[in-house]
Amino acid sequence: MEKIPILRMGEFLLVTIQVDMHDRLAMTLQDDLTNRISETGAKGVLIDISSLEIVDSFIGRMLGNIASMSRVLDAHTVVVGMQPAVAITLVELGMSLDGVRTALNVDAGMELLRNSVDDEKDVRYGSRFY
Amino acid sequence: MAVVSTETVPVRSEADVVTVRRRVRETAAQLGFGLVDQTKVVTAASELARNTLIHGKGGEMVMDTLNGPRLGLRLIFQDKGPGIVNIDLALRDGFTTGSGLGLGLGGAKRLVNEFDVTSRVGEGTRITAVRWK
Repeated sequence: MEKIPILRMGEFLLVTIQVDMHDRLAMTLQDDLTNRISETGAKGVLIDISSLEIVDSFIGRMLGNIASMSRVLDAHTVVVGMQPAVAITLVELGMSLDGVRTALNVDAGMELLRNSVDDEKDVRYGSRFY
Repeated sequence: MAVVSTETVPVRSEADVVTVRRRVRETAAQLGFGLVDQTKVVTAASELARNTLIHGKGGEMVMDTLNGPRLGLRLIFQDKGPGIVNIDLALRDGFTTGSGLGLGLGGAKRLVNEFDVTSRVGEGTRITAVRWK
């Protein structure tokens, strides 16, 4: 069965979507990612969609679901690399991807994830001066 | 307004929805649509194809390239499914009888220049979307 690979890098999971996904493949990715977060205790998920030529309401919903599910499992999600034409179309379609954090590229996305995780550790272990 | 070329793509499986996206993309690019316009019309086609597959229980897309006074792409999605009881309601954002977000029809309408839905309960649905270059 066709699957989108999920790579593990330290406490993060990385996904690059490079194919034009049919709906079932998108659902499979959602399930796989949720399972991997739970198995590995990953603190962050980075999803690179720079190869995606469209994001329609179904894929948009999948991205929102992954962000919500990962949050419940104590992980952060950042979607990176959205093409400008895709962003324009998505907003006109009526989806603003509320609740999904985005970054322009992989570097910025990784930094965002690291900061989010560090902030959380600081809060948890009280190492930050307020 | 003349139809320059026409092509029919079946919409009977999720793989067909991907084929619809690819053919609409290729044709829009051939017509000289810019990248944003290509993306809009392909996204609209994706929403409508999914609608035909899920709510119409499968059907087909007829894609016409138009010339005069302007170049354009006309997509007709037709099915012999159960039909839409209340078209105004179906076009409203947030309304859904499926498991989606209810953005499909209303969203697709916003992404094209002309949009028309005709439907008879028990007979089927025909949705026409046109994007001019």
